[in-house]
Amino acid sequence: MHVVEAEIREPLILGEKSYNDITEDVCAPIEGKANSLWYFVFGLAGLLALWGIGNILYTIGVGIGVWGLNKTVGWAWDITNFVWWVGIGHAGTLISAVLLLFRQRWRMAINRSAEAMTIFAVMMAALFPGIHMGRIWQAYWVLPLPNQFGSLWPNFNSPLLWDVFAISTYFSVSLVFWYIGLVPDFASVRDRMIKPLPKKIYSILAFGWSGNAKHWNRFEEVSLVLAGLATPLVFSVHSIVSMDFATSVIPGWHTTIFPPYFVAGAVFSGFAMVLTLMLIMRKVLKLEDYITLKHIEYMNIIIMLTGSMVGVAYLTELFVAWYSGVEYEGYAFMNRATGPYWWAYAAMMTCNVISPQLMWFKKIRRNLVITFILSIIVNIGMWFERFVIIVTSIHRDYITSSWTQFHPTYVDMGVFLGTIGLFFVLFLLYSRVFPVLALNEVKTILRATGEFGVKKAKSTVFNVENEFTPSEAGNAPASDDSSEESSDDAESEENKEQE
Amino acid sequence: MSNKIYAMYDDDATLLHGAESLVEKGVKIKDVFSPFPIHGIDPVIGIRKTRLAVCAFIYGLSGMLLALVGMYYFMIQDWPMNIGGKPNYYFYQNIPAFIPITFEITVLCTAHGMAITYFLRNKTLPGLTAKNPDPRTTDDKFVMEIETADAGMNEDALIEALMSTGAIEINKA
Repeated sequence: MHVVEAEIREPLILGEKSYNDITEDVCAPIEGKANSLWYFVFGLAGLLALWGIGNILYTIGVGIGVWGLNKTVGWAWDITNFVWWVGIGHAGTLISAVLLLFRQRWRMAINRSAEAMTIFAVMMAALFPGIHMGRIWQAYWVLPLPNQFGSLWPNFNSPLLWDVFAISTYFSVSLVFWYIGLVPDFASVRDRMIKPLPKKIYSILAFGWSGNAKHWNRFEEVSLVLAGLATPLVFSVHSIVSMDFATSVIPGWHTTIFPPYFVAGAVFSGFAMVLTLMLIMRKVLKLEDYITLKHIEYMNIIIMLTGSMVGVAYLTELFVAWYSGVEYEGYAFMNRATGPYWWAYAAMMTCNVISPQLMWFKKIRRNLVITFILSIIVNIGMWFERFVIIVTSIHRDYITSSWTQFHPTYVDMGVFLGTIGLFFVLFLLYSRVFPVLALNEVKTILRATGEFGVKKAKSTVFNVENEFTPSEAGNAPASDDSSEESSDDAESEENKEQE
Repeated sequence: MSNKIYAMYDDDATLLHGAESLVEKGVKIKDVFSPFPIHGIDPVIGIRKTRLAVCAFIYGLSGMLLALVGMYYFMIQDWPMNIGGKPNYYFYQNIPAFIPITFEITVLCTAHGMAITYFLRNKTLPGLTAKNPDPRTTDDKFVMEIETADAGMNEDALIEALMSTGAIEINKA
């Protein structure tokens, strides 16, 4: 029944691990205390977040006139940031849903954190259209609620309304998918906790999960169906975001290539952000045995692939702008590359098209420092891509007299930096209180892809007539297994042969 | 009065082989608790395939109808608008613009309906207490639950049989 991976494949779990070791390793950050570096980074992110919240409140209080927007450039950093964050929010569900359908085992070490990242990123994204409304207290107007105007309904033909439904569906379905996976892992944490308050909290979070055969039977079905649903959902969300632009008649936006091009870009930036976070997390939380070089290599290959797709899309856009013979379209693209915003275009091309090509080299794919730097470069590039699409397409419209430049104010920058701070605050909190690896899933692949298969935790004494005592059993540590390792090894060898 | 016997294993494969041989001997295994799904255990201990996916399909269908009927009412029936020279007189002409939201609502209803059904059927909701007999079953141990009345043999023989399948610990409740 257990299919063992071919010898030629690299193991996905390094070191000699028992099922218990996995629980110990993943629960260590939850049970231990954070070090001073964590507090330092958390404090920094917190300050940034507070600065951002201040700027958001100022925007809401005074109005979006405090941003650098003007008559010609009505969409700038806010929508750039919105699309950037939504894009980042695409990797999580792609990893957990698409890779589940393709039965990719390497997803299991990273899906939990990637989904957490998705949820926090979509939260940050949803903030921007909210505050761009100006009167955020009337945000409920986007919902089809009966009202005193007739009733006057929102316009269901509008891509902006599609976006409302797409983002809220994506957020809530991702949250549910994430939580269903978390429930059995919260149960693992619950059953280890000794202090009464944390035990109480985790038992509420675990929903009373027992892990019996029927639970697991339903769990697998729900995971599979939700993955099947989330897969088209991921693709639909960024397609719909792209239609905010593509269904308009602005030269540079009005292109049919946008949906697939945006989705590729989203996966590209999402994986880059996953790498940025994972490279730090595996080090700080000592998870190098689970998030291995092979995992990083796989992610780099996806970055290379989607980066190349984005590159092809850029060139196709340029070609079609010329081939269509539409002078406005042609001008929009000439202006992007050679106009006053040429530096943004150059940054986009270098970061998104050229830099991922380095990943063709295996040495670079497996180099942590270069990967880390490239992952940040990719995210800078993807921010510039959205800036280029949005601002350079509209800053010179049909009437020459309204041509203008966009100058961000400190409020624009403050809100953006604030969301980065807020995102890291949430992610740092997550990394201390949540099981950051999908425990139950990683255990299922240990036998097949672990470097040494399954190691027995310790030989338990046979006690036939013993009554079960929860307090003793629950605290049973695996600390004394080192002395008995040699005999256990023989035992596990035997078991392997029996299979 | 029926007693329960809990046989603990430290490996999923051992438990699976043990369960197979016990079922052959006529022992009815009531349940199995494990830290992760044991593939192949369901047919052995007589657990049928879940019908959750059927529920999900029904929720999806309802969501799709809800979205289509809703948009028909809002956009065609109640207050037809002429936006950019594209009037909303007929439903079939507007269908392409309604596809995205129809899809999203379908997914929304399917996913949430299925999740709620899943939690209710599992009896897992915030505040409920877990029924796993031993806290180690969410870590690295696998437990088989057998009611002595269903075992088809006396208790000592059952314990003997369980030990021979590789159980590491037997508890009674």
